[in-house]
Amino acid sequence: MKREVVKFIIFAALVMLAPLPLKQSYLLNVLVFVGINTLLAVALNLLLGFAGQISLGHAAFFGMGAYLSGILTANFGLNPWLIIVLAAVTVGGLAFVLGFPILKLKGHYLAMATLGFGIIFYIVFNETIGLTGGPSGLPGIPNLAIGSLTFDNDLKNYYLIWGVTLLTILLCVNLAHSRIGRALRAIHDSEVAARVMGVNVRLLKVQIFALSAAISAVAGSLYAHTMTFISPTSFGFNFSVELVTMVIIGGLGSIYGSFLGAALLTLLPELLRAFRDYDIIAYGALLVFMTIFMPGGLVRGIPDLMLFLWSRLTGKRGGNAQTG
Amino acid sequence: MLGKTLAAAQIALLVLGVGNSALAAQPIKIGALFAVTGPASFLGEPERNTAQMVVAEINRAGGIKGQMLELIVYDTQGDATKAVQAANRLIKEDRVVAIIGPSTTGDTMAVIPLVEKEQIPLISCAAGIKITEPLKKWVFKTAQNDSLAVAKIYERLVRQKISRVAILTVSDSFGSSGREQLKAQAARFGIQIETDDTYGPKDTDMTAQLTRIRGSQAQALICWGTNPGPAVIARNAKQLGLKLPLYMSHGVSSKKFIELAGDAAEGITLPSGRVLVAELLPESDRQKKSLLGFVKDYQRHYNKEGDHFGGHAWDAVMLLKGAIERGADTPATIREQLEKSRGFAGIGGIFNFSPQDHAGLASDAFVLVEIKNRDWLLVK
Amino acid sequence: MNLSQQILQYILSGLSTGAIYGLVGLGFAIIFSSTAIVNFAQGEFVMLGGMLSVFFLEVVKLPLWLAVPVAILTATMTGVAFERLAIRPLKQATPLSLVIITIGGSILLRGLAMLFWGKDTHALPPFSGNEPLTLAGATILPQHLWIFAVTLLVITGNKLFFYYSISGKAMRACAHNRRAASLVGIDVQRMVLYSFALSSAIGAMAGIIIAPLTMTSYDVGIMLGLKGFCAAIIGGMSSGLGTVIGGIVLGLLESFGAGFVSSGYKDAIAFVILLLILIIRPQGLFHRGESERV
Repeated sequence: MKREVVKFIIFAALVMLAPLPLKQSYLLNVLVFVGINTLLAVALNLLLGFAGQISLGHAAFFGMGAYLSGILTANFGLNPWLIIVLAAVTVGGLAFVLGFPILKLKGHYLAMATLGFGIIFYIVFNETIGLTGGPSGLPGIPNLAIGSLTFDNDLKNYYLIWGVTLLTILLCVNLAHSRIGRALRAIHDSEVAARVMGVNVRLLKVQIFALSAAISAVAGSLYAHTMTFISPTSFGFNFSVELVTMVIIGGLGSIYGSFLGAALLTLLPELLRAFRDYDIIAYGALLVFMTIFMPGGLVRGIPDLMLFLWSRLTGKRGGNAQTG
Repeated sequence: MLGKTLAAAQIALLVLGVGNSALAAQPIKIGALFAVTGPASFLGEPERNTAQMVVAEINRAGGIKGQMLELIVYDTQGDATKAVQAANRLIKEDRVVAIIGPSTTGDTMAVIPLVEKEQIPLISCAAGIKITEPLKKWVFKTAQNDSLAVAKIYERLVRQKISRVAILTVSDSFGSSGREQLKAQAARFGIQIETDDTYGPKDTDMTAQLTRIRGSQAQALICWGTNPGPAVIARNAKQLGLKLPLYMSHGVSSKKFIELAGDAAEGITLPSGRVLVAELLPESDRQKKSLLGFVKDYQRHYNKEGDHFGGHAWDAVMLLKGAIERGADTPATIREQLEKSRGFAGIGGIFNFSPQDHAGLASDAFVLVEIKNRDWLLVK
Repeated sequence: MNLSQQILQYILSGLSTGAIYGLVGLGFAIIFSSTAIVNFAQGEFVMLGGMLSVFFLEVVKLPLWLAVPVAILTATMTGVAFERLAIRPLKQATPLSLVIITIGGSILLRGLAMLFWGKDTHALPPFSGNEPLTLAGATILPQHLWIFAVTLLVITGNKLFFYYSISGKAMRACAHNRRAASLVGIDVQRMVLYSFALSSAIGAMAGIIIAPLTMTSYDVGIMLGLKGFCAAIIGGMSSGLGTVIGGIVLGLLESFGAGFVSSGYKDAIAFVILLLILIIRPQGLFHRGESERV
């Protein structure tokens, strides 16, 4: 546990200091989105990495948060902070209710059910034009504000979003090392065994599903207030898959891995701009290579790679490459 | 570990960035955001091609008053988040003086708050009426409003004494904008919408919707979409033996549609920019010179037919060129000069911007064409 | 036109789109039923079939009867290469890493197709004319009959292959228990390769016979793959009739949804009903319950 505290403090310090060398650079803007994606990846990791349940529809929760905040603040002028809480509770509650029947399913049936769920909500975002503005989007969402402090530039949004993300990470680290975390890992390894040990598997899975959905909704609200404009294309099937990819590329069950995955996949398009139209090929190839050569995700892969390179450099035969 | 990686990535990106901006101090930098890949690539690709072509032609002719142009294009993939990131990069990293695009209404709406705050003129290539109404200080557009295309079709229907129509629109931002206008203007023309159906952008069979339409009282069918959907609809309508006259949108105003729909395209009527029928226009037409120039250049550069959508980018670059020629060189002066563009005969129509109007086109920007013998026929 | 004619047309429309979904779904089911891999790149082989035949027909100028087999062959070789280069090197294959790698593969294939052939949509000429056939006031096209015929052919072929040939039986054994299969001397890796070859061939064939109707472009694989996957799930991932019926259920739901409720929500209606089916019968419509391995 002590190690975890140290890790978190170092991570938080780095996050807090990162804007200093960036000043007004557009990279700061990219890092704001890294923050939102990290929040989402951490939320999905709770479900995927800890409870071992796949979801190919998480973009729907993200979208629900964004649209609840967007519609209620832009069209009805309600208090944004109140709506964020309301959105988290509503979406979490909805996930809790839906979780009971859906999480009964296993493997690819669960994949299919969550996928279908995501598509249904995507269609709803598109079709309820009176509320959401439909495919042309919903403009005019206000920035968040506390008193006279309005979160209207990248720097302020950076600290707002990373503040929430760091708090969530803290919550998840705690959760992972609690009784619940151990129970979750037991489910991941063997549901039957966990049940035999007296874990209420079903309830626990549904609770995690709801928590994960609620965090995603918060991410959605923050996204809406940062962008001040939302449209359904940001909440489709592709984004759900991208989230799953972030979690797996980062490292299943590792919270900091989720950050690495989110950071890589958010920064990648910027780095791949050099490839022009062919960035999609580079992206696909990278996914394949990473899965083959870094099966444990970035969080294990990078230290392994470093060790490997180090052993090559010093001429020693590294036997360590397998650990991590 | 994490920190190091992050820091390394940041340094790498910073170095790249500095390298970029140090390289090109001289030319005037223009940014462009197009949906080159993704579902809206039918817009983004011709727009990107056209913009690059026009800039290359301007530079070949010695630039604008001796100054070269540099065009920096980023792909938005039709995704609002990516559009905003790319716009940020254009403004803060590349330090462009103006931005052309984005291609879709959604991307444009996403970028508007940013350009308004950073005070960079934006010339959108998207058609949504929301872009320039209400007026935004820094935002212009070159694509004709969908309302003009709808009006063109409705005027024809009124002349033919048709008052009951069925509409079938694609469920993306192009189709929903058309649908909104079709519904909004129906009453003004005394037209009644009998059925209001949609189809998905990737749907492969629309016989169900068409069967429903066949069972209704509609006297004509108006379909709003971009390839390949409308081609599927034309073929499905032929399969079902649907007798209604079929109207399409300017979304399919290219030879590609005729190629895809084959015989089923015969007799379909659609509004289009003049680019489609450039050859058929009378010599007195003010746009004819621009249109023929664009068509010829595009054919030479890409060995393809230049289309309506590429035309939006042509107009945007040429409007910018005009502004710069009149002495503008900073974002603020470019905006001022853009607002003073009058009587510019482009591809989309004759542009007259003013402090009250940042769309600048009148209702004659569209003509109505009919498909006959696999070619276009100007409808009088 | 009266209501019964309308209903008949909805049924025919549903059957014809459903058969397409089913045919695409069969590719998923074959790989799944012999390797337990859900191949998210399956839709891309459907795309490859269509795009390759357009390429061989219009650019290489082969006649149709030659362009089709050459396209199927090329797509099959791509499938084999995909298995060799992406699936086999995976040392610790977990279901999740397989999901990611097949998604990565599908993005890669789609990107390559875009690079080679551009973003335009293409149409193949219909195999036997374009004159609609009328059935009590409702119509279908001759190409639909081709789709029904090929679907039947594929189901029959699969049945014969999986139940009467040595390789087919061996592939089924692998799906049931990989360890046990390898213990009785079955070359599991070879069977995985076979199943990828077979499914990419069927995917490509599906892509070719539907291209005259639905047209084809570098990105058709996403939607068709998704619908095919759903068909396979409803059918309980069977390599035979189940998946085709699954596809037809989906097709009918869509066409009746569009006809009677709302065309905008037709996919949502189909998915809501699918979710209900899944929740009530988690093992698919046609699959007998199986005890889970612990």
